[in-house]
Parts: sequence; structure tokens; C-alpha cells
Amino acid sequence: MNLNELTIRQAREGLDNGDFSSVDLTKACLDRINERNGKINAFITVTEKQAIAEAKEADKKIKKGEAELLTGIPFATKDAINVVDIRSTGGGKILDNYISPFESTVISKIRSEGAVMVGKTNCDAFGHGASNENSMYGPVKNPYDLERVAGGSSGGSAAAVADNMCIFSIGEDTGGSIRQPASLCGISGLRPSYGRNSRYGIMPMASSLDTVGPFAKNVEDVALLMDVMAGQDNKDATTVSDAVPKYSEEIKKSVKGMKVGVPKEYFELEGMEDETKEIVMKQIQDLKNLGVELVDVSLPYIKYAVAVYYIVVPSEDSSNMGRLDGIRYGVQAEGKNLYDIYAKSRAQGFPEEVKRRIMIGTYALSAGYYDAYYKKAQKVRTLIIKDFERVFESVDCIVAPTSPFPAFKIGEKKDDVLAMYLADVCTCPASVAGIPGLSVPSGNTKLGLPVGLQIMGPRLGEAKVLQLGHAIQIS
Amino acid sequence: MKLDKVQVEHIAKLARLELGEEEITMYTEQLSAVLGYIDMLDEVDVEGVEETSQVTGLQDVVRNDEVVSCDDDTRKKLLEQFPKNQVNLLKVKGVFFE
Repeated sequence: MNLNELTIRQAREGLDNGDFSSVDLTKACLDRINERNGKINAFITVTEKQAIAEAKEADKKIKKGEAELLTGIPFATKDAINVVDIRSTGGGKILDNYISPFESTVISKIRSEGAVMVGKTNCDAFGHGASNENSMYGPVKNPYDLERVAGGSSGGSAAAVADNMCIFSIGEDTGGSIRQPASLCGISGLRPSYGRNSRYGIMPMASSLDTVGPFAKNVEDVALLMDVMAGQDNKDATTVSDAVPKYSEEIKKSVKGMKVGVPKEYFELEGMEDETKEIVMKQIQDLKNLGVELVDVSLPYIKYAVAVYYIVVPSEDSSNMGRLDGIRYGVQAEGKNLYDIYAKSRAQGFPEEVKRRIMIGTYALSAGYYDAYYKKAQKVRTLIIKDFERVFESVDCIVAPTSPFPAFKIGEKKDDVLAMYLADVCTCPASVAGIPGLSVPSGNTKLGLPVGLQIMGPRLGEAKVLQLGHAIQIS
Repeated sequence: MKLDKVQVEHIAKLARLELGEEEITMYTEQLSAVLGYIDMLDEVDVEGVEETSQVTGLQDVVRNDEVVSCDDDTRKKLLEQFPKNQVNLLKVKGVFFE
């Protein structure tokens, strides 16, 4: 096995035993990036020099016996997450020259353990998309089939882990941006509950839905990363003070007797493909072999989740995108007056999809339409939340497909806005409800494309979700 | 809900986005399609339902009203990001114009 193919657990053991150094491990990842990134386009910026320097520091720490969980382990982060002194474009040309003067809390936590950053990964600009085709740095290709999308918006982070360019990566999930690319690339990815991980330093899209979470080669690694990432942060007032369980210990518990809800509505959602349905259904039936009790449940309001999402998100989004105007940082266009500078900088620096969402949001929030759109959507959102709350009174987790279809061809849905929005149809409900969702590989289609199983839990119920995901992977 | 070109031009102006003629036509069509999809919410009875604006249940999260200074290094980095800079001040065009 090549070093870059290791999991966190395996890499930790090898480093601590002195089987290889962090420099060896980091070079293996960088070599893989140099060999494959030209084809996959997972990275916008590769921080090769800095990575080697950080690996050398990590090796010193390991030699002194001071290694922590992530010391010396190479990782990548989505470009829409700020890392101090590193270019952070977020996938949009309006920030093409932006060197972040500060660092996000989750990345600080990971780096303070001595993890080695190998680069910033490609994504749909500022999180806008489900295919990575909305990146102004070109689409990310799926490692399973280079003519297909890696999913989005955190497509680069998913492809980088799937193609062994790093050991783990970090992404963001607003409507499905961790779970969907994890599913399409055949890896594990967790959207934590809203408020569980600090979003300080994450470029914001929809403030009432945005979350930040890990991608890894298995659920055990996801749990290990959540041990490091989770917790309250005084720089993010939406983080909660609830105690953080030791996820990596929790996952070892038996799932025997666990009640798992199977909501029929997910399998009837618009665009659900038969082959995906069959693969996921088979996996769900197999859960019985783990001693899990399957329970039929009903979530009648989830079919409205995409409609709610495409009002709430663009509305919050249009105000968040307001800060990107080319005045205080980023790329400023030439203009004859201030209005002209704003309008031209934004026209040139945003891709089509960002403009589209800004306009939907601007319209939905404009005088006379607020009640009909935003307020109405917020009320339907309450009904979706209540749906989940009612079901979680009788089950521990809910299982469903992560995506209605496997990776599609690049360009296939690009001109059909609604078809692209419906790619999030299985992930939006959990997003709108603020609950955690984990995607784990569930099997491959006849064409060899990965399909993901989505495991959802009640708010702050990550432990049970990870427990079930882990049980599936070790069975 | 269908939008016309004049409405889309107005929205673009409010959103500070310079759009070409072709883009206006494209967005008029696409925004109408998206709003048409969203119309499905009309079939939901929301009588007496509270709005959800956040899901954490947190209330009145405040911090002490203390001035926190910015170190020189960070200040320098922030200033370096200014697209137009004049003696460490952000330079912008006049706010009021004809």
C-alpha cells in the first residue's frame, strides 16, 4: 500500500512506530497531486513548500514523543475556508488575489495539532452548486470517471481524498455540499448539526444553514476528526455549549437493537433513479444483519425542502455576497463611479450561478415580496423540522439515499437550472432541519460509479449516526 | 410567478450586477422557472405556523463590550489587501455622483 492511501489511524501508527516520517508521507501526497491534479483539478492552490516545512516540524514533534492525533498528517481544505497567509479564492475570481489575513477556527484546531496542509481545494464559487461546474477555476473531475462531475460544492475536497492526494479534507455543507460529493466520489463525509462546529473564517453563504465538516476514507477517521473539530467558539455565536461526546469512542458501541427509520418519501423524490434506489434499499435491508431494527416512517413535508431551500438560501446568500464588492479586498474592476465599480467587479468576479442566486434572493427580499417568499418558506421550514422531530421520538437514525443519481456527465445538467437544483433533493431536508447527515459508500452501479447511503440523526445526534456508519464499514 | 425583463433589470441594479442584454434574457427565463417551482409552497397550509429563523434555540448570545486591539502584523496584512490604498487609507470613488 502506498503511503498516500493510508487512513488517519494507519498513518498515525506508522508515524509513531517510525515506519516512515511525515516528510515521506507528505511527499507521497504531493507526488500524487503532481501526477493527478492536471487531470482531476481538485486543487486551486498547492502549498508544496510550506507543506514540506510543516512536515519537518511535525517529525521533530513526533521524535520528541509529543505527537497528537493529527501531527504530521497531510490534509487539504476547501478554498472557501480561510487559512492565514494563504490565497483563499473560494472558487471565485473576485477573490483571485486574496491572501487571507486570518484563519478559520476549525483549521486552527487541526493545524495546532501539527497536521500538514498540502493545499486548498476547488469548489463551486462560494459554495454555489452541486457539480463543481460553477468554479471559475474549472470543474473537478470524478476520479472514477474523468468525464463526470465530482459533485459539489466541496467537489475538490471529495476528489482529493478519493484519489489519495491527501489523508483527509475539510469542506462545507449548506444544502448537501459535503454529503453529495462524498457520495459521488465513494468516500465518507459528515455534515454536522448546525451549531456543532465553529464557522468562524468560513466564507458564508446561507447563515442559518451553513456547516463545516470532514471528508475521510472511512467513518472512524470522520469520528476522529470530529473529536478535534467540534465545540463552542466565542467567535461564532451560533455554536452551542452542549458537551462534545468522544465520537471515536462512541462509534465502538454495538448497534444491536438500534431503531433505524426508513422514510418512503425519500425514495419517491423527484429524479430518483431506479439503480440508486435498488443499491440503497439492499444496503438498508442488510442492516438487519447488524441487529438493527428497521422501522417504516413518514416525512410528508420533505418534498418541499428544495423549494424552501431555494428561497431561504438565496435570500441569506444575496446579503452575504454583498461583502464581495471589490472595495476592501479582492479584485476591483475599473469604473467611472462607485456604483460602476461595484457592478463591474461583481459582474466579472462572479460566475453565472452566483449572480442567479443573488438575484433570486434580492427579489425574494424586496419590498412587497418578503411575506410571500421568505416568511412563507420559513414557516414551511418549521413543518419540515417538526416532521423530523416527530420521527426521532421513535427511531435513533433515519437512512435514505444521499443523491438521487450517481455522478453525471460534465455539462449534462449545466443549462437546466432546476435539474441541477434538484441534485440536492435528498440532502436539502436535513440541511433545512439543521440535523446531522453522514454519507457512506453503499455500492457501485453497473458503470462502476459509487452510490452513497445517507444516515441522519436528531440535532446533535452525531454519535449515533457515526456509530451506524462505522458498524456498516467494519461488518 | 413570471418575471419580465424590466423587473430583472431592476433586480440586477439593486444587486449591483452589470448584466448584458443576453444575460438579462437568460435570467428572465431562469428566474421565472425557479420562482415557478417555488410556487409549490402555495399548496402548504401554514396557518398558525411559527417561522424558523434559526435552529439552535440559542437566545441573546452576547460578549463583553470590550475593545480588542488588532496587532501590527494583522493590520499590515489587512492594509495590503486594499485594492486602492493611499497612506494606509482605503481609497474609493466619491459616493455621490450625477
